[in-house]
Formats: sequence, structure tokens, C-alpha cells
Amino acid sequence: MQTLNCTNKADSSFYSHFKMKISYLLNAAILIIFCCASSSCKRQEEVLTSLQKEDTQIATSAFATNVKMQEIKGGYYKPFYSSDSDALIKVEPFLMDERPVTNAEFLAFVKANPQWKRSAIKRIYADTTYLHNWVSDTALPKNALPNAPVTYVSWFAAKAYATAVGKRLPTLDEWEFVAMADETSINARNKKTYSNNILNLYLIKNRQYNAVKLSTPNYWGIYNMFDLVWEWTDDFNSVLINGESRSGDYNDKNLVCAGSATSATDVLNYAAFMRYGFRSSLKANYTISNLGFRCANSISNKTK
Amino acid sequence: MKKIFFLLISSILFFSCKEKTIKKELPSNSIFYLKSDWQNQNGQTIKLNDLRGKTLVVVMIYTSCKTACPLLVADMKKIEQQIKPNNLNKVSLVLVSIDPKTDTPERLKEFAKTGKMDAAHWVFLRSTEAATQEFANVLSMKYKKISPIEFSHSNIISVFNPDGELVSQEQGTSINVEKVAKEANEIAEGS
Repeated sequence: MQTLNCTNKADSSFYSHFKMKISYLLNAAILIIFCCASSSCKRQEEVLTSLQKEDTQIATSAFATNVKMQEIKGGYYKPFYSSDSDALIKVEPFLMDERPVTNAEFLAFVKANPQWKRSAIKRIYADTTYLHNWVSDTALPKNALPNAPVTYVSWFAAKAYATAVGKRLPTLDEWEFVAMADETSINARNKKTYSNNILNLYLIKNRQYNAVKLSTPNYWGIYNMFDLVWEWTDDFNSVLINGESRSGDYNDKNLVCAGSATSATDVLNYAAFMRYGFRSSLKANYTISNLGFRCANSISNKTK
Repeated sequence: MKKIFFLLISSILFFSCKEKTIKKELPSNSIFYLKSDWQNQNGQTIKLNDLRGKTLVVVMIYTSCKTACPLLVADMKKIEQQIKPNNLNKVSLVLVSIDPKTDTPERLKEFAKTGKMDAAHWVFLRSTEAATQEFANVLSMKYKKISPIEFSHSNIISVFNPDGELVSQEQGTSINVEKVAKEANEIAEGS
């Protein structure tokens, strides 16, 4: 009997203990839910602020590339558009990538900087076609050569890439200074063949899919200035032709302050006309199938 | 009963919190993602995000400009006059300098004072050359320094909603101020 009683007692005490446990558990569960609610609230806010931090940071994690840079000795050049047709612009010595940035390099950049992935990019930095030919966030387009120039990148993305590799985009004057050269001379603008050769290259279809460095470099040892892609320049938005209105009113001086600055100095250089027209039609978040970029650097930056 | 009550409270807390978070998220094309630092006419350093919550009417100018900028500034004042008094505290009229070296906060303050643009809804900003260029690119604004004291630039007045999304732009030398003011009023009333 005693044993029975005992077990009964034990049973009942076990039961009441169990009951208490349940109520504890329930209370605990409610507490946990409550805590979760408030902490997840906090956490969500934390995530959000950290996201916003990330988003607002165009600044990027560094990574290395092995592209060779050529030293451009600099000099004077006549800008294609100038308020004073005799004005020469001095281009200081600088360094320029010998070729455009490739698909493989941009993929490495995106992997190191997830905020520049296609699915994470903010519209303020790139329009809807940003890297749109890629298979996924981290897979290049089908059949694309890793060493073909990257395209469908905005000015913001190009700038972020350049920052990540410790460089910058070339200025328009720097780019055009290098573009004056042919294979044998610094300034080939006056050669009859110069403009025609470039125009012929511009006419080749789907040239952006070819690998870099297959053609002959120019005087400075720079490849692919014309034969693969158009290129972003840092100050592309300094071109003040009224490119948006294709009304034939090509030089609508009413639209711009000091608009008389928009006068061509070298009317035979039709290739340059095309480049300036193209640049003036660009917006910084545009991404285009045949628009890529290369990096440059100041000499002082390199020696630091 | 108590438990149910607790559950209710915690779930209310949970959901209310969620809603707040959703509201906080910026649209993908918002200018408030730009991280650059700016100085206003009072010498305070701010981020563009500090302008959040107001309808923004934005123009880029430089104070020493003798040609198009005075017209643009006059346009901004006309817009100010056409903003309904009830809406004025929901609108900021923002003038951003494209010549940050010359346009110091003191100079911007002086410019605001002489131009009678010293009410609270006027904001004058300058930043670094790089941030100015980036901001100009967000507005699709072209500009170029053509001499130490002269810039050529496009004339654009842009309207942003309180979340920093570009709503409309007017450009050229004869800007339709009525249209800009109407737009700003409508957004301010809706916000």
C-alpha cells in the first residue's frame, strides 16, 4: 500500500510538477515570442541600416587585376569642341590600362562587391539592363569570352570598379589625346587614313564579343581604342551638344549657358563627331550593349 | 486569458514593427542612396538623406554666373511664390553649386541673403568636385568649366518626391515655372 501510495504521490507530484512546467514553458514561450518580436524588430532595423550603409557606399572592397598600364607622356591637344578654335589643352602625363576591362575582371569585382550584383543594384546607379546578358548574378553570358570587354555597365559601376582597383576613369581629354595616335605617331589626325580607319572599325557588327588585345596597339602601346567597345570617360557629361533632341538643331545654343562653346574644330574627323554625339546622349545610369570602359591613373598616385 | 493577452500584445508589436520597416525602405532610384557629404549655407555638413521627407525642387548653378543662372534663380523664386502657403513647410527649394571652390558656405549665405532666399525652405549646397559631378549625373545635367570663372552648363529644374525619386524635369532657357510649382504642390499635398 505504502509503495502504491508512494507511487501515487509521486505520480501526482510528478503531474503537478509537469503542470507547473507546462505553465512555465508557456510563459517562457510567450516571453520568447515577445523578445523575438522586439529583437527581430531591432534586428530588422539593424539589417536595414546596415543595408542602407552598404547601399550608400559606392566605395568598394579592393581586389587586384593584372592589366598592364602604359605611361602616356602627355602633351597638347586640340579638343574637338572648343570655344576658341586655336585653344590647345594640356594633358598631363598619366597611366592608362592597355585594354578595356574584361568580363572576367568585372565578375571578380562583382563577387568582391555584392552590392554591385545585378540583383542588388539600385536603379539610381544603373538602369534595368545592367549586366542583363549575364546568366546570373555571378555567371557570365552564355558563350561569352572571359577576356572580351565587359558591357552593359553604367558610369557609376565603371567608377566603382576603378575605385576598387585603386584607379580612376580617364578624363575625356585624356581618352581623346590617346585616341589621336595611330600605330606610328602621337597625332595622326591629319593623315587621310586616320578617320576612315576608325569609321571602318565602328562599322563592324558585334565587335564587342571579341577578345581584347587581338589587334595592333597604337603608338602608346594601347589596344582596342576603337575596335571593340565605346568607353565611358569620367567627365562624359561635360559634352554640351544638345544630343537629346535629334531635331537636326544640332547646336541649340539657347539650351546651354555659354553654348557657343559647342563648336567643332575638326569637322573632317567624323569618328570624333560620332563619339561626342554618343557621349552627349548618355546618362550616367545607362547600360548599353557596346559600351564598356578602361581605367587610368595619375602618375603621382602610382608612385605613392 | 493572460497568455492570450500577452500573445496579442506581442503579435501587435511584431506586426507594427514590420510595417515601420517597410515604410523605411527607400525606392531603388532614390537620390538618398548617394552617400556624399554636403555643406549648406549655414556651414553644417549634411547628407542628401537629411533632405528626406520633403518635396525637393532642385537646380544646379554657380553664384558668380552672369548669364543663365540669374534666370534660373529667378525661376526658383517664381516657383516659391506659386507654392501654396500650406505646402511651404513640405517643400525644399535646393540650389546646388557646380563651383564648390568659389561657393563657400559664407558665399552661399550671402547669395541667399541678397537674393531674399533666406527663409527656412531654401537650401544651398556645395560638396567636392567628385560628388558634384555625381549629383549632376543623377540629374543628367551637363556642365564644363570653360575658364577659371566660367562654366557652361545645361539649365534644368528637377522635382523629387519626399523619397528622393525624380518626378519631373524642365529644361531650357524658358522654364515652365507654373508646371514645376503645380507638380511640387501636388506632391506636397499628397505627402
